[in-house]
Amino acid sequence: MTELAQDKMTTLREFMAEVAQREYSESYLIAVLHKAQELFGYLPREVMDVVAEGLEIPTAHIWGVATFYHYFNLEPIGRHVVSVCMGTACYVKGANRVLDALKRELAVEVGQTTDDRLFTLQEARCLGACGIAPVIMIDDKIYGELDSEKVIEIIRQHRRL
Amino acid sequence: MKNMITIFINDKEYKVEPDQTIMKAADKLGFKIPRLCYHPKLSIEGACRVCVVEVEGHRNFVASCAFPISDGMRIKTNTHELRRARRDIVELILDNHPLDCHTCERDSNCELQRLAASMGIRARHFAGDRKRYEEDLSSDAVIRNPEKCILCGRCVRLCSEIQQVHNLTQSHRGFSTVVTPAYNAPMAESVCTACGQCINVCPTAAFLEKNYTQELFSNLNDPTMIKVAQFAPSVRAAIGEAFGLPVGTNMEGQLVASLRLLGFDYVFDTQFAADLTIMEEASEFLERVKGNGKLPMITSCSSAWMKCLEQFYPDLIDNVSTCKSPMSMQGAMTKTYFAQKLGIDPSKICSAAAMCCTAKKYEAARPELMFDGMKGVDIVVTTREIAWMIKSAGLDFVNIKPEQPDNPLGLSSGAGAIFGTTGGVMEAAIRTAYDLYTGQTLIDIEIEAVRGLKGIKEGSLTMDGKEIRVAVAHGLGNACKLLDVVRKDPDRYHFIEIMGCPGGCVGGGGQPYPLTNTVPLDDAALTKRAKALYDLDRGKTIRRSHDNPGVQKLYKEFLEHPLSEVSHKYLHTHYQAKLPVGIIPKEAKKIEVKP
Ligand code: SF4
Ligand code: SF4
Ligand code: FES
Repeated sequence: MTELAQDKMTTLREFMAEVAQREYSESYLIAVLHKAQELFGYLPREVMDVVAEGLEIPTAHIWGVATFYHYFNLEPIGRHVVSVCMGTACYVKGANRVLDALKRELAVEVGQTTDDRLFTLQEARCLGACGIAPVIMIDDKIYGELDSEKVIEIIRQHRRL
Repeated sequence: MKNMITIFINDKEYKVEPDQTIMKAADKLGFKIPRLCYHPKLSIEGACRVCVVEVEGHRNFVASCAFPISDGMRIKTNTHELRRARRDIVELILDNHPLDCHTCERDSNCELQRLAASMGIRARHFAGDRKRYEEDLSSDAVIRNPEKCILCGRCVRLCSEIQQVHNLTQSHRGFSTVVTPAYNAPMAESVCTACGQCINVCPTAAFLEKNYTQELFSNLNDPTMIKVAQFAPSVRAAIGEAFGLPVGTNMEGQLVASLRLLGFDYVFDTQFAADLTIMEEASEFLERVKGNGKLPMITSCSSAWMKCLEQFYPDLIDNVSTCKSPMSMQGAMTKTYFAQKLGIDPSKICSAAAMCCTAKKYEAARPELMFDGMKGVDIVVTTREIAWMIKSAGLDFVNIKPEQPDNPLGLSSGAGAIFGTTGGVMEAAIRTAYDLYTGQTLIDIEIEAVRGLKGIKEGSLTMDGKEIRVAVAHGLGNACKLLDVVRKDPDRYHFIEIMGCPGGCVGGGGQPYPLTNTVPLDDAALTKRAKALYDLDRGKTIRRSHDNPGVQKLYKEFLEHPLSEVSHKYLHTHYQAKLPVGIIPKEAKKIEVKP
């Protein structure tokens, strides 16, 4: 483990130790997993093992919770997170084609990260920008009125960043 | 008696006890509302909604397994709409299920099949997207086929609530929900103890034992091999059920005869090695009582417990007896003592075991148990598998003429027979330890305190003025409670028996599936199987392991004496902490230790 990762692990352990003082510490599992994801960017197996021991919660229960909620990432995520809106408006206006183009350009499936760790592709529920459907969000910026060509151009721009 | 309340079921009035669910009340009144995810020994999940009923004043149907009754409640269980709703639910399940009943291992033993039949479902309507998963064949003992899973959650609750192993969870969500160990790990790399209880509670074939029947058949057909069988005590007490006989019918003689007809050259009895185990284990215990080794001593014959120990309780390894299980002792004696007697090369022996247990498959593969570069047992099949082999070979099991096991490894005492039920190993060990320690003969050999299905049993006896306190736990969840007491109060007991399965081996993960109209883990069935073994014990003239002439001869001719160097080489083993680390949740460990 790198020194940085060790520091992060220490921070996580301290956070759990604090939580463990409280009554029903098991119920803080989600808070602890959030903290872990904030520190590591995703939830690596070793980190879930540490959480399991720290909170005395079996790993299977942790796995059940971590896979249930969409906001937990089980794999490392890329520098840029690309979310494709699959809300009704976007869907009707061809979000599927945009998504397919992204899958081809990035050579990943939804939920995966490119080998160079630059992009993670995700699906999103309505992003609230139906007026300019179909839309995607990269990190926290919205791009609208897309088609397969435009979206590839946007990705290429981000590669050059 | 509590104040009775009035409820109406289908307009008929009943007086019932308060504080129960509709389903429980109805059960006692002669109804059997259809159900799927419900199991009387597990927490209520309310997931399947097969058990819906109508309650006056409620707009929607309610799940009767979860809904409490109240005074004056009017319940309908059998309206047209209800029957239709239940049927729709079961049809939806079927639409996400492979349609391969006729080639499925659980064909004719499947709850989903029975339920569908009882709803009158005779055709499939929709052909939607069905879930697809790979089978997990990684484990030597318990395999997983998620395509057959209908997400009732019983296995998850059983593995957590009864076994405290917490190996399983429903991971992911929605259409992608699937029952897996943590990290979607293969069973072989999980904390699974291979107890096989998930197989017993699963309504379908989503969990099964790894099947070795074809391998065994090919060995039986190989003329160059000497085929040697052994069978566990509780196989004889349960196998009849697979042939439609009443629960608790002892089929020992028929089993021996069938094994011979299947092609075994020698049919030995694991009960012989149970007596041998007692010789070694009782002697080891007395050594520890004299100060040579840790107390309490904990028994070691349950393979699921072995794996549990190494992952969940490595700090107690020194407390566990070094004795191999009867199956492994029998295997070792087959390939050494017996092979030498016959003057044959042990590598020409196919040593097979019919066991009530799935974890024995795991045990047989443990490298720690090897000697002279050999495994003691080559193939383990469960009661279910051997029953199937007997059927497949076209034998009339029920009417076959009973026969006796072979010698020299076939003779057993009554103590060897009761090994198959919770408390039996303790009782057998006490019968011998007492006599060895005091030089006298214990008169009251039926030790009631350790019999029965109470989760944790305690007892004590006096040997030459020395008080010996014993405890017995069955099911890994009860074991976990008991061991937490031991961790907090190490001097409380001298001797502890642990069996990994509820009821002990009679309730093993490899036993026949429950008959129609009974539920898995049913106490009445476990009690009847145990009674078959207690009756066997009572019917024998020799009831103490050290009186078994076969065992005495084995010591004279080969092993010298208990705990000898030869014994240590072949009959003892060791344990070590293993990964992944098992974690028992905090709330399960909140036990108060009373003085
Ligand atoms: S075999 Fe036993 S320990 Fe393993 S998953 Fe099934 S119930 Fe749990
Ligand atoms: S594997 Fe069997 S017991 Fe477990 S949830 Fe699926 S159907 Fe139910
Ligand atoms: S049996 Fe009641 S909800 Fe499943």
